[in-house]
Order: sequence, then structure tokens, then C-alpha cells
Amino acid sequence: MTEVKATFYRRMKDLPSTHLLGTGTPMCSGCGGLEALHQVYDVIGEKSVFVNAAGCMTLLSVYPFTPFRGSWLYTAMASAPAGAQGVRDALDILLEKKRIPPEENMEVVVLTGDGSAYGMGLSATSGAMERNLDFLYICYDNEGYGNTGQQYSGATPHAAKTATSKGPLGFPGFKKDLFSIWAAHKPAYVATVIGTEPVDLARKIEKARSLKGPRMIIALAPCPPGWDFDPKESVEIGKLAVKSGVWPLKEYIDGKVTHTKIPRQRIPVEDYLKHQGRFAHLFEPQCNDALINEIQKKVDDYWDEVQKTTSLDKE
Amino acid sequence: MKRKLLTGNGAAAWGARLAATDYIPAFPITPQTEIIEALGNWIDTDEMDARMVTLESEHSMITSAGAAAATGVRVFSATSSQGLLYGMEMLYTVAGWRAPFVLVNVSRGLSSPITLEPDHNDILAARDSGFLQIHCSTCQEVLDSTLMAFRLGEDPRVRLPVIVNLDGFYLSFTREPVEIPDETAARQFVGDYDPENIRFRASSPVSQAVAVLGGSPYSYFRYESHLAAQNGLAVYDEIATEFAERFGRSYTAIESYRTDDAELVFVMMGSFATKAREAVDRLRENGQAVGLLRPRLLRPFPAQHFQQLLAGKKGVAVIDQNISMGMGGVLHSELASALYGQPESPRILLSFIGGLGGRDISLEEFFEISAVTQRAVEEGQVPPPRLLYTESELREVRKLQAVAKVERDELGEKK
Repeated sequence: MTEVKATFYRRMKDLPSTHLLGTGTPMCSGCGGLEALHQVYDVIGEKSVFVNAAGCMTLLSVYPFTPFRGSWLYTAMASAPAGAQGVRDALDILLEKKRIPPEENMEVVVLTGDGSAYGMGLSATSGAMERNLDFLYICYDNEGYGNTGQQYSGATPHAAKTATSKGPLGFPGFKKDLFSIWAAHKPAYVATVIGTEPVDLARKIEKARSLKGPRMIIALAPCPPGWDFDPKESVEIGKLAVKSGVWPLKEYIDGKVTHTKIPRQRIPVEDYLKHQGRFAHLFEPQCNDALINEIQKKVDDYWDEVQKTTSLDKE
Repeated sequence: MKRKLLTGNGAAAWGARLAATDYIPAFPITPQTEIIEALGNWIDTDEMDARMVTLESEHSMITSAGAAAATGVRVFSATSSQGLLYGMEMLYTVAGWRAPFVLVNVSRGLSSPITLEPDHNDILAARDSGFLQIHCSTCQEVLDSTLMAFRLGEDPRVRLPVIVNLDGFYLSFTREPVEIPDETAARQFVGDYDPENIRFRASSPVSQAVAVLGGSPYSYFRYESHLAAQNGLAVYDEIATEFAERFGRSYTAIESYRTDDAELVFVMMGSFATKAREAVDRLRENGQAVGLLRPRLLRPFPAQHFQQLLAGKKGVAVIDQNISMGMGGVLHSELASALYGQPESPRILLSFIGGLGGRDISLEEFFEISAVTQRAVEEGQVPPPRLLYTESELREVRKLQAVAKVERDELGEKK
């Protein structure tokens, strides 16, 4: 079993009070991805190299500015994990050959959106995991190709309206289960997080930091322009995603998946969907009960399965 | 120093070994694979203190090569053909990082149709990427060029990645006697890698390869790379001179063979130029004043060297082992642009395409090229570009087509 020390982050007041990531970035107001990244960066710290793939956050570092106190390397859309491989291997070589002292070492962190993580970059990610690369991967998942105007991606949920699924039923496909795809590689750690659950997020990043090998994080990133809601609703929508059970908070470690926050009384998915313009066609001009029920059933089935396996564990 | 029979691939691997390469991101592809196998074996037997990682694609391989170079270690990698094209996005990308490393490309014709044998369309697709290019025609030259490539790319006036190119099969799998320099002499020549300000260290955080907004900063950085590549011309000459002093083998930017008193000059790249060399000797025996120029350095393009070497010549025949669809030979175009408007440039510049997918170029064809060029000089007329192909070749292809038709008809009947 992997040894994980007791968490430092038990409640909100334990979270870092000084924030490392600079302000004034070109991210949209209410960006759920940036919210998560702020919290992640506070735990990771400045002794890090962020290896980025094409996406919204590529615009964090625009010459000659950066909000990062540590280092940054932009690669391309498909190969950020391979960039992390090169940086990690080179640092290891420099350490082994004693060309740099140990204190010059850094955590190598891949930062990509869902477009790269769920699609174009999946092969490079699979390769990095199979090579047991020692790195952190942060995917900010806003469920579509957000930087180009929210076309549907492999991360887009069923029925969502996007720039390329504007029909009355929205996106006909289903959100790819990246968590399971990643976990099937048996990496050191996989977790889902969301910026609206900061203690859960900080504990998971802390846990990931204490491990070696591939440590994979997916952060659901409520996206005001892409999901079509007022930026001030961003935190609320994130909370509803968790309370409705649409975004399960969980982690994979040592072959076992554990849910870190099980909503006791799940609110109807309707309460989550109706706040977002991308699902407005489910409610206007008339309610599409069939489609809403279909979405609800998927969520219910998921949690029924969780309950079954959890009770099996107890037996 | 020891003398050994080595393939071109073996020579490339020796170059990487003698340069004290730290890191080798790899991906197998014919006809390059022997290079990474040799390096892998040396690492396994502790003859080489390096780390090798097999990536899941050339796209990732070039990414990790660039990223490791940008972190501050000496990097070597190798690919070929489809692999070079699969990594093409990253060739352009990592060249802009200004983190030098050496990539060997073993030339092989591109799909479609898919083939294994060589021509230069693969390497010429990388022409504008920002990688410098050194083209080889012997196994010895592959080893020596690999050592020189590290010096060239790492020079503070250049700081760009370098491709060393050799032809698949004709060099990659052909054994030639190669002098392997002593390890210490090679190390002294190549020197230690100084990453300068391009590296990642916890104590001095840096953002590399960041986005720019607008054409002004974009153009600035693109021009910087171009100017650095151009610096490579003088730097290459310096390095080649030093190499000749240390090892006794001279590699000028353009190899010039019997051109001093030549009236007609062949221009060719790569191992097939050795065929042209043989043709030059035979034509000379026949009293014809023919010579050969073979650019080793393709990027930066040694335009001035060409202008000087071709000044006053009557006719030039460029034999391109590549084809730009709808235009013709790439080297021909490049040379035309270098010579155009120069007062002493030859007026007669002919284009021939040959050697695609490893197709041989026979001595008779070189004689014919010489005759056609001589005729053009006499008539003062430049004929259209010529695609080398013989009647007997066409007959062989017709036979294949006939077999295909018979088989198809036969299967069609069975249905």
C-alpha cells in the first residue's frame, strides 16, 4: 500500500492564505479553471515547471508577462506530457550527474484543457503513464473546445448545446470517462476536483504531491461564456455540479476508487442544468422531460453503482 | 583512433556516443532503427552514460527532445521519413525554443505510395522549420557531421537544432571503412554543453516558448531565428576548419569536385552524388570538362559559396532527388534564386528529377544529362525540367499493371 501521511488541510482555515498565482491574466471572469488553478498552485508552489498544451490557459503567459512565480513551457496541443518527459528526464540527468544541486529540482506539472486531455493528447498521456513518468497532470475540464468558442469535445456532456451542436437535442454523444481511462493505466494517483470544494481539492493535491509517478487530476471548470451563465454564478454552479452528483469527487489509489464527498441527498440534475444557457433548450420553449430524465437516470445509475460497490467493501 | 567497418546508421550512433550525449528520446522507424538500437545497447552495457526513452510517437519524441534541451542537457535523436513528418509540428515548434540538439534523419521517400527506399522529400519538408541541415554522402561524413552538428547548433551565435541527413539503404545499411576518433579528442572538439540562459532551475524561474500577441513580437522572434541560422554559415566554416586541423578530414559547406576548370557542373545532394562523381571521372576521361558540386549545408543555404564556385561556368545541371508537385526540383529552385541577377552566374541552369524512392541513376543517364546541358549551352536555350525514366522501366511497370489486371479479372470471374 502507498503510504500517505495525514492531511494538513482539514478545514477552510488550513488553506494557504497567501496566493502565489499573479492576477491580471486574460482568463474570462468567473473562470472555474483559473479558480482551481489558483488553489492548485498554492499547494504546489513555485518550485515547479508548468508544461502547457494549447488551450485557454496558454494565454496565461503572454510575452513578456506571466502570473507564475515558477517556470513555464508551452509545447503544442498534443504533446504536453512528452514535454514533461523531456523536462523530468533532463532534471534527473542533471541531478544524477551532479550538474545541479538537489535544491534546483522542481515538480513537473502538465496543464491542459479537456480538448487536449480527452482527445489529441490522450496518446501522449497514455505513454507518459505507461513509462511511469513522475509528474502531475492538471486538466481543467470546461467540457468543450472553449478557447475556440466552445465547440463540442470528448468531454462535452450529453445534450449540451455547443457551437457545433446547436440542434434541439444538443450534443448527441456522452462525456468520455477520462477518470476510468486514466485509472486503467494504474498510475500512482487519479482524482477529480473542483474549485468550489477547496479543502477536498487541497487535500488531493497534497496527497498527489506526497506520491511518486503519474498523478492525474481532472478539475471540472465551470465556464461562463462556454456554458452560458453569468460569471457571478460560477461558484454556485460548481457547487450544484457536486450536489446533484453530476461531478463525483473521487480518487483512485492502489487499484481502488474512493468517493471523497458523497452527496447524501442529491438535488435533481434539473437544478444544475437550468442555470446554464447550454441546457436552456431542455426547458424552453417547453420542458423536454424525456431528455432531463435520461440525464437524471445516468447520474442515478452511477451513484447506485457506487453504493453497491461501497457496501460490498464494507462486507 | 580506430578504423572499423560501419554502416551509416552505426556511424551516426558513434557520433552521438562520442559527443557525450546525455539524453536520447527515441522511436523506431525503418531505416533508422539501427541507430537507436546501437545506442540502447551501449547504454545497457555501460559503454555510454546516457538515458534513452522510447516515446509513443515522433511527435512526442521531438517534443521531449526539445524540452530536455530546453532544460539544459545534450540531446540526440533520430528518425526518418513518415516519422519526420509526424513530428513536423514539433520541428517548427522546438526550433523556436532556441534549445540546440542534434537529430539524424535517414532519408526515405514519402507516402503515397508508401515505400522504404530513399529520396529527399522528407528532409526538404523540414527545410523551413528552423533546423539547420547537414547532408552526408559517406559513412565517415555521417560520424564527423554529427560531431560538427553539436558544435554548430550549440554555438552562442546560432543556438538552433541541427539535422544530419543520410540516405536510407545506400548509407544507412552500407558498410564502409570509418575512422572512429578517440573519445578524448572527440570530447575536446565538441566541448561541454553550456545551456546558457535556456534552462530550467528552481532558483531562476523562467517562462519559455510563451505566446505573443500581434505580428510585431512574432516577427521579431522569427527574424531572430533566421538571423541566427544565417550566422551558421560563418560558424560552420570555422568549425569545419577546426575539424580538419584536428582530424585531418575537410568538410567545406559545399563539396567541390573537379570544378576548377569545369565548363559544365552537376549539382546534387546526398549519397547519390557519389554516382555523379563517378560520371564526372568518366566524362573527364572522354575529354569533357565536367565537375560536381554537392552542398553539405542546405540550411543555412550557402548562396555565396555557390555564386563563387559557379561564377563563369557555362552550364549547370541540378539533379534533384525530390519533387515539389507542380513545380519540380527544390534544389534547382533554391540555386536559381541564389544565382539570379549575379553578373557572373551561368545563364544555363537545367533541372532533372531522379532517384525518387531509391530509383537508380545510371552512368548513361549522367552522360545524357551532360549532353543535354552541353546542347543547351550551344543553343542558348534552357529545356523544360526532365523527369528521369527509361523505356524499360516503363515496360516493367506496364507488366505489373498487366498482372494486376489479369488477377482482378480472374477474381471478378470467381464472384
